[in-house]
Amino acid sequence: MIPELGQFSLILALLLSVLLSALPIAGAHRGEALWMSLARPLSAGVFVFLSISLAILAYAFATDDFSVRIVYAQSNSLLPMQYKLTALWGGHEGSFLLWTWMLSGWMLAVAIYSKSMPLEFVSRVLGVLGFLLIGYILFMLATSNPFDRIVPLAPTDGADLNTALQDFAFIVHPPTLYMGYVGFSVVFAFAIAALLSGRLDAAWARWSRPWANVAWSVLTLGIALGSWWAYYELGWGGWWAWDPVENPPLITWLFGTALIHSLAVTEKRGVFKSWTVLLAILAFSGSLLGTFITRSGLLTSVHAFASDPSRGVFILAILGLSVGGALLLFALRAPLMKSEAGFGLLSREVFLLTNNVLLVVAAASVFLGTLFPMVYQALTDDLISIGPPYFNLIFVPLMMVLVLFLGVGPYSRWKRTSSTYLWQQLGRVALASIVLGVLIPTVVLLRFSLPAMVSMTLAAWIVLTIGKDIRSRVANKAQLKTGLRSLSLSYYGMQAAHLGVAIMLVGIGLTSYFSQERGILLGPGDSVTLNEYEFTFIGTERIQGPNYQADQASIEVTRGGNPLTTLTPQRRIYLASGTPSTEMAIDAGLLRDLFVTLGEPKEGGAWSMTLYVKPFVRWIWLGSLFMAFGACLAAADKRYRRLRLRQEQAAKARGTGGLATASG
Amino acid sequence: MNRLTFFLPVVVFVALAGLLWRGLYLNPRELPSMLIDKPMPAFSLSTIDGQPVSNADLPESLFLLNVWGSYCLPCLVEHPTLMRLAEEGEIPVVGINYKDREELALDWLQTNGNPFAFSISDNSGRFGIDLGVYGAPETYIVDKDGVIRYRHVSVLDETVWQEDFLPAIAELRAESGAAQ
Repeated sequence: MIPELGQFSLILALLLSVLLSALPIAGAHRGEALWMSLARPLSAGVFVFLSISLAILAYAFATDDFSVRIVYAQSNSLLPMQYKLTALWGGHEGSFLLWTWMLSGWMLAVAIYSKSMPLEFVSRVLGVLGFLLIGYILFMLATSNPFDRIVPLAPTDGADLNTALQDFAFIVHPPTLYMGYVGFSVVFAFAIAALLSGRLDAAWARWSRPWANVAWSVLTLGIALGSWWAYYELGWGGWWAWDPVENPPLITWLFGTALIHSLAVTEKRGVFKSWTVLLAILAFSGSLLGTFITRSGLLTSVHAFASDPSRGVFILAILGLSVGGALLLFALRAPLMKSEAGFGLLSREVFLLTNNVLLVVAAASVFLGTLFPMVYQALTDDLISIGPPYFNLIFVPLMMVLVLFLGVGPYSRWKRTSSTYLWQQLGRVALASIVLGVLIPTVVLLRFSLPAMVSMTLAAWIVLTIGKDIRSRVANKAQLKTGLRSLSLSYYGMQAAHLGVAIMLVGIGLTSYFSQERGILLGPGDSVTLNEYEFTFIGTERIQGPNYQADQASIEVTRGGNPLTTLTPQRRIYLASGTPSTEMAIDAGLLRDLFVTLGEPKEGGAWSMTLYVKPFVRWIWLGSLFMAFGACLAAADKRYRRLRLRQEQAAKARGTGGLATASG
Repeated sequence: MNRLTFFLPVVVFVALAGLLWRGLYLNPRELPSMLIDKPMPAFSLSTIDGQPVSNADLPESLFLLNVWGSYCLPCLVEHPTLMRLAEEGEIPVVGINYKDREELALDWLQTNGNPFAFSISDNSGRFGIDLGVYGAPETYIVDKDGVIRYRHVSVLDETVWQEDFLPAIAELRAESGAAQ
């Protein structure tokens, strides 16, 4: 009975979404304040009923209700409680409910934190989100009902959660990724609302900028978590594989990165308006396309959910209606947008446009590489796969050029910058970067590698330009402290995120070219030296986990005779499904990771195993953290709050209902 | 800028959506329900006791193809039904031992009884992907020409047998009788 209540609640959320997508938008069109005032309560209602659905599904997982089909398919009575609850998003239906619920959460946040915007605009934004929710909830009810039952005889136990998913990262990676993905729906809704209203000034850019920053920040975290997970769980020590399901988040991220930069230009200078709107639509399409690829079975991948063509058709219909409709609206309305200012050939506007073009080209080439196997099969009926060489060949040079511009961009001025000024300021910085980039890998690591030098040079270029920029900005202040304080939060946010790019570059450059690995057969007591680390295999023991048995090896690591750590990799057999799985052991460090994966047992207690030394690999994720943090910092800038205050005062002064309806 | 340039994105999108739509129907390996009325995918594997087995070894009459594993608790639930079918000789049953290990599978059959004419070993799950298997248990009806005619996901107990399989089998037998 309880699961049916969940389904019922889902239907109620659908009905409220229908009202939400119709009344407030119609109200905004006809100027009916009452209809518009329904937008916020309806949004809250949708959120409440979706929350009830989600809670009921979680309850079914927690209480092992195997009569619910997805509980049977994804859970097992032996699972520890944290995995029972998170098994909810271990399959297509549950994860889609989570996705939908998160969209309603974003919508609720917009309803709450939008008091400074005109009610008419808010109504349109929430209405557009309501429209998306109709599509998502209908999709669940029609093709992938999470509350589907196995009747009349419920299975006695579940088929178990995929063992690769029984891991801490599975608890945090999917929700974070979805949260970021879905966040771009909000920016999309802002853009559509602006197109619908025909009020295509810079205001919508100012309103949507904090939202875009937060969504981008969360998406960055989500992708980084996925990469970290792949690194330690999948066992080959790679941190990015260009997997067809890894790529859509990256495509969305690249469009999103272009978008947050373009929004800055539109807000500050009132130019690139139609381009910014287009980017908002593209970033959103990237997120929907990701859903489509993962859930339709269009491409084969480690991530793919069980596939079903009817689902694919349905998502394609949602994609067609929302993105197709949005692009059509764009085609009709965009010509009305006029630039409010001109700019010179060498100006910050042009540097940011270059950034946008590079990012969009990168996103498009990842997109092509991802879909090309399918297109090729459509034309020739042969299967091919496009691997990392293609992506690296295209993506890496584009990013290198982007990083060059990243150094110059913040340095340039709006409207016009003279080339002699740029050269005077940055010529010596460029030289210093090259010197540092060549010296650091050769002197510090005592090894020679051209690609590593290039990435170190680029990283040094970013760090030095940031340093110089901050110095020149505080130079005319009496004291360093007051000078640093006078810089805005969004300025610090930008520099933090850019510093993140430098940190990531160091990580990528050094890990890619200085990692060492060795596959070897070791008997108890044997040792082997890799880099300056000595690994000694002590032996294995049998241990018992909550729902698995494991052989656990102990490997002592010493450097120059000093004991460092003992690594304990495992080979597990999960009891419910009988599937084996390997758990590698990692000794993580800021400067290097040591890790060991266990292979097969051989005679005499010997085991085959692979040892890795990976310098600076943590910096890849550390860099992502800086980027995510920087974007949040920028979103928290007080000028958005000041703006709100000012508008509230203005609304009060005018005596119009702006504030009254907002709080009512 | 020409007004028409603004239509470029929507035109590109429509072309792309058309392509994606076609793509959905392209990859039969990924579309399990599309296998209905299609021949069983070609395979050349071994049985769990190590004999080579391929399409040629399949029964030349209507038979059941049952996906099972020693780890699979629901398989125990449907096991008595399969045993009865095998003992009464109603219809031959061929097993696919899915994502399992041979020694565990043999043990399981030893303990619980073996209803299968033989069990194809698919411990990598690769053949399961070709068939579009969601997971064990799952049962297909395959006709004498090796064409998949019916699919049932999850437990095949007496109720399911009476309500779904018997009518389906009767219909298929009538159809092949009419053809002869």
